[in-house]
Amino acid sequence: MIALAALLCGFIFGWGLLISGMMNPTKVLGFLDIFGAWDASLAVVMAGALAVTSIGFAWAKQRGTPLLAPRFQWPTRSDIDRPLVAGALTFGVGWGLAGLCPGPALENLASLSPRVIIFVIAMAIGMMVGGLLQKRAIAEGPAY
Amino acid sequence: MNNFTPIAAAVGGALIGLATVLLMMLTGRVAGISGIFGGLLSLPSSDTIQSDKIWRIAFIAGLILAPLTGTFVGHALAEPQLPASWPVVVVAGLLVGIGTRIGSGCTSGHGVCGIARLSPRSIVATMIFMAAAIVTALTHHVFGA
Repeated sequence: MIALAALLCGFIFGWGLLISGMMNPTKVLGFLDIFGAWDASLAVVMAGALAVTSIGFAWAKQRGTPLLAPRFQWPTRSDIDRPLVAGALTFGVGWGLAGLCPGPALENLASLSPRVIIFVIAMAIGMMVGGLLQKRAIAEGPAY
Repeated sequence: MNNFTPIAAAVGGALIGLATVLLMMLTGRVAGISGIFGGLLSLPSSDTIQSDKIWRIAFIAGLILAPLTGTFVGHALAEPQLPASWPVVVVAGLLVGIGTRIGSGCTSGHGVCGIARLSPRSIVATMIFMAAAIVTALTHHVFGA
């Protein structure tokens, strides 16, 4: 049941990216390149998603438990640490280079484009490297 | 602003929000794509971890299925335009992977789920990755790459 629910959610999410044009790296770069022929669409996508999610999450918090699982797994951390800042910077540079973030990258696998496949493989390797870096940082203790 | 498509963007954005709320309401999970995908990359160990992978695979399958069904209703499946240079494609993928893992999230996890919860971590992360992406895209524009 949980897998079916996840499949449906992934499908709706995918349609959201498709309709909004956010699967298209050129459109995403059209937003990021503010000195080019600026395309504000990405901001509207974010605003639409945030409007629905803010209301929905507030409702979920009132409900207390999800329908198919024992509890809500809300993230709990609120500290701003060096990995968060360094990670966001690194991700931003990669996103600005290709116009692809993880969701659209995975969704574009549907086109079987060799460039997308290579991008996703590199992204997976990057995540594993990032995981190793995290483990080493924990083993060595905070350096700051 | 000749490429601005506000209505499609608002409808698509609302659908992304709907999927995010549904995933939380049904499974209790945050719809952060880098986190969902990254959870598949850990080495297999116990059975509980294996069962944790099924919903992740299902979500990504749904994501990939969407544009395939789109072809039936007039959304032709287009090959996305990525940088011509292979090394740039590889480096961009690596940076997105490393950055989202170390920074605990991407556009969906921080930009949508986190900001909707008014998480300070997500607000800061989103401002940083947006700024970094804008500066990077600007250098593109300047060098015409």
